[in-house]
Amino acid sequence: MPPFKSRANTAAESFATNREQMLELIAELRELEASARNRSDASRERFEARGQLLPRERIEHLLDPGAPWLELQSVAGWQADGERTAGGSLIAGVGYVSGTRCMVVAHDSGIGAGAMDWAAGEKLIRVQAIALENKLPFVFLVESAGANLLEYRVETWTQAGRWFANLAKLSGAGIPTVTVLHGSGTAGGAYFPGMSDVVIGVRGGGKAFLAGPPLLKAATGEIADAEELGGVDMHATVSGLIEHRAESDRDALRIARDVVARMHWGADWLWPAPADFEEPLYDPDEIAGIVPVDYRRGYDVREVIARIADGSDLLEFKADWGPETICLEASIHGYPAGLIANNGAIDNAGAAKVTHFIQRCTQLGTPLVFLQNITGYMVGIEAERGGMIKNGAKMIQAVMNTPVPRITMMLGASFGAGNYGMSGRGYDPRLLFAWPNSRSGVMGGAQAAQTMRIVAEDKAERKGESADAAEMDALVERITALYEAQEPAFVTSGRGLDDGVIDPRDSRKVLAISLATVHEAEIAKPRPLSFGVGRI
Amino acid sequence: MGPQPPGTGRFGTVLVANRGEIAVRVMRTARRLGYHTVAVHSDADASAPHVAAADRAMAIGPAPASESYLSIEKILDAAQRSGAEAIHPGYGFLSENAAFAEACEEAGIVFIGPRPDAILAMGDKAEAKRRVADAGVPLLAGYNGEAQDEERLLAEAKTIGFPLMVKAAAGGGGKGMRLVADSAALPDALAAARREAKAAFGSETLILERAVVNPRHVEIQILADAHGNVVSLGERDCSVQRRHQKVLEEAPSPAVNEELRERMGTAAVAAARSVSYLGAGTVEFLLDDAGEFHFLEMNTRLQVEHPVTEMVTGFDLVEWQLRIAEGEPLGFGQDEARIDGHAIEARLYAEDPAHDFLPQTGEVIAWRAPEGAGVRVDSGIETGSEIRVHYDPMIAKIIAHGPDRERARARLVRALEETTLLGPAGNRGFLISVLEDERFASGTATTAMLEQMPEPAAVGPSELAAIAAHLYRARREAASAAAPGLAGFSSIGELGTWLELDFDGEHHPVRINDGPAGLRVEVDGEPVELELESNDVITVEALANGRILAHLRRVDVALTDLDALPPSAADALGEGVLLAPMHGAVIAAEAAAGDQVKSGQKLVVMEAMKMEQEVVADIDGTIEEIVAVGTQVSADQVVVRIAPSEG
Repeated sequence: MPPFKSRANTAAESFATNREQMLELIAELRELEASARNRSDASRERFEARGQLLPRERIEHLLDPGAPWLELQSVAGWQADGERTAGGSLIAGVGYVSGTRCMVVAHDSGIGAGAMDWAAGEKLIRVQAIALENKLPFVFLVESAGANLLEYRVETWTQAGRWFANLAKLSGAGIPTVTVLHGSGTAGGAYFPGMSDVVIGVRGGGKAFLAGPPLLKAATGEIADAEELGGVDMHATVSGLIEHRAESDRDALRIARDVVARMHWGADWLWPAPADFEEPLYDPDEIAGIVPVDYRRGYDVREVIARIADGSDLLEFKADWGPETICLEASIHGYPAGLIANNGAIDNAGAAKVTHFIQRCTQLGTPLVFLQNITGYMVGIEAERGGMIKNGAKMIQAVMNTPVPRITMMLGASFGAGNYGMSGRGYDPRLLFAWPNSRSGVMGGAQAAQTMRIVAEDKAERKGESADAAEMDALVERITALYEAQEPAFVTSGRGLDDGVIDPRDSRKVLAISLATVHEAEIAKPRPLSFGVGRI
Repeated sequence: MGPQPPGTGRFGTVLVANRGEIAVRVMRTARRLGYHTVAVHSDADASAPHVAAADRAMAIGPAPASESYLSIEKILDAAQRSGAEAIHPGYGFLSENAAFAEACEEAGIVFIGPRPDAILAMGDKAEAKRRVADAGVPLLAGYNGEAQDEERLLAEAKTIGFPLMVKAAAGGGGKGMRLVADSAALPDALAAARREAKAAFGSETLILERAVVNPRHVEIQILADAHGNVVSLGERDCSVQRRHQKVLEEAPSPAVNEELRERMGTAAVAAARSVSYLGAGTVEFLLDDAGEFHFLEMNTRLQVEHPVTEMVTGFDLVEWQLRIAEGEPLGFGQDEARIDGHAIEARLYAEDPAHDFLPQTGEVIAWRAPEGAGVRVDSGIETGSEIRVHYDPMIAKIIAHGPDRERARARLVRALEETTLLGPAGNRGFLISVLEDERFASGTATTAMLEQMPEPAAVGPSELAAIAAHLYRARREAASAAAPGLAGFSSIGELGTWLELDFDGEHHPVRINDGPAGLRVEVDGEPVELELESNDVITVEALANGRILAHLRRVDVALTDLDALPPSAADALGEGVLLAPMHGAVIAAEAAAGDQVKSGQKLVVMEAMKMEQEVVADIDGTIEEIVAVGTQVSADQVVVRIAPSEG
């Protein structure tokens, strides 16, 4: 096929306006991320006095210089549970350590000494699931004050159990787990090192005990020095909890790099990554100007795909049948994918087309990329008569049951069953990212409000009354506000409903990393062992 | 052609009895003129560039020069076996050895240089002075008599006046040389000079000479053929010297005008005639600030600094050496020896200005000669060459020519900035700072200039930042093998990375933030502009054990990348883990495992390049581990571990 011919007018006023509005949202994203960094950075003096690196610096020391870093859920926790910092005092991402793609996680102990709140706990569980599903070695930089006893909730105790359960699962699935004990791991936290295959402990800082000195005193009256109770020297020479003793954070991270290098992970299954792909013919940077931040204003999603796909080379599937729903084949950084996107609501033909396309991709083992901009399935007499429920259900069935990896990106609207059919959060795509302009919900606030108004007015009419107009206006306002407050990407991301909000202009790179990750997972040959690596 | 004049002969194959840059340079001309060339080499030089430059190479023995390049027997044997009919001695080694010239003559091989008696006459300073004085060449007041008793010398000294120089009659290169300010200091100076003269030259004979304060060293190049023609090719000013070793040489001298040049040239020609000189030679003078010049000595060979004369006169001196040796008459007269523009030469040494110019040895990790209009490089090394302790540490000469002195100076500075020598430390930065020193730039430098050294270029945050950025880029490049097209990408908009660099024993954490706006660098927690990057020539080599060598415009930097060291080595510093301060051998271990030691106690002695360094305990404790005597260790390798004492 000849490459896609863009019709976008980058000189148009609307382009400039779109771009300006999108850049504002991107700036907001970066501010949220910076606020977490700044909060952590406020502890710098304390860390430096102890000769420690700040958690983000630990990650920077651990990762390969210049290798790509895909941070996950950088907004998680924001506004989710009272006024919380974006990121949930946990830093996580997919990065390279000694040439090996790993899931890297660190307690952001610059914030609240690394104590885990509910959002941080959910984030940990999610990134553990990503590691397990995508067969990513798990490197954990631990320093956590544990749970905040003053904010105890019984469900957090249950949640914490899952963190350790997941470490057992990873190890058992043949996915190596490596922990660097930078600071204290108290009570439950002691199981982070306890459940890991290999532990590196930092002398002076690292400590692990089931009961720290205060709890011990409370429980048994025994008085113990923290170092003799759970110091790195004790664990390395007496208890056997620690394999490698490090002199400092930096030293520990060098040892961790050495430990990962010696895993030779993927040496017998990974092939060199594709390198001879073409860049798109159109600059991915233009995405910011092509896409209006208001999803109600239409645009051709193929203009976006032409700025994501190698060589802007798209092979469209059934272009003229159910044309509002786009199915096409393309490659991103040399990784082939079946892309499914929306130029309008999904109608009967569109739903059937997607179902067909998914089956074909399944036959070929081609991963799917869903680019959501969907207000929903088509409604109305014609749609219902055409079997919209049946066709939509068929599509959802195909989405959920295809064994090929799915990656979802929310570009704008994501409403109702459209979110389901387009591989939304509930349908467990391997990875799911959102643009900062995207909005989601069961339906738009205005539609919900209008629906409620009609229902209320009908009810009044049946009683032979007429609805109070002012009351109706207030109802509409209240319902609109209730829905709209929960729509924005930052809010849903804060609640952990995606794996990260990204700069739309980075979509190609984020999808490239995602496709490479799921591809490597498909060909990986980990060696499961029924009990995991037990600490003897 | 009539019969061959004495000392000359026809030849087709030339053996160059030398090594390094001068051997390469002589062969270049010889090859151009159609001669076959033969190199000689010690075992250590078997793959040296001068061997590759020759048509044929002959091994002449082990590395020490006394057993190879200085062996008359081995060189003549090599000449005979290779069919060489002439020998070019270069400079140094056997070039001013009359016995060698004579042995060549006896073996029927043309010695490319003067006759043995001329070498002998000029090699004896006292004799040389007698000869040239008779020819009317001005001399400094002095004494060069045979009577050497203390009383006589003291009396002569009073006649000459102070300050004066005491020199070894057989000397050269500054050995046995003493500047004496007044008569009280004379006896000690005589004793010391005798000792040194005896040790260096096997003769205690001294000469006394009036010292010229702040003199310039100006020398005249001459060519003399076997038909009685002698011409002078102008002067070279070699005033910039460090401990009597030349550092920069230029032609013409900023202190010589046309009239003085003519007078000095005439004197030099007279000096050459006084010994019936043959070939290329140099007559050295001291020039005082009143414009008076005094004969110092005559060098009966090609000089190291001959290229500056070649660049301003257009004559190839080696070509004329060869032609004269074949008996050809000089094809030009004195009035055709004209000077065009200005040339300056800098001698690049493998010696470390930061450590008292101690000679450096080791592998040349990177060598790149500068290029460009007016730039000439005579070098005897290449990437991968080994600089050895056995030979002179001068490894290359960088020469620049320009229409005037300022242009030549600017070109030479630029050429030196681009000259890349990584491996053994070199004096490149020092040469640049001398060239840029106001005293040299203004043309007023005297031989006293380097008693006050110019400020060397410092290594600060800018340099560290530039090197770190360079290293980062290389690593980012490597990272893109695993993730093509994604190097430097971060979904949160920026990507920080760290380099932990150790420079001169100081730890400098460097953070690099790779973002859409380019690299932002912090050194020791402070942001640093990457100002050196865009306009600087940078070469960085990362070697084993975290050793990093970097070439920047003004300075060469050796660093250690602490992250590349074995885990624990770097972080444990100051806690009883002691690292080797340099690459070298352990020559003493003054404690054993299990010994109790005190902070400050000497534990290990290392030696490299005849320099000893001690490793001392930094804490009280018990030795856990100590390196064995005789072990070769790399810089920053752990040599001692001490378990701290309790409490």
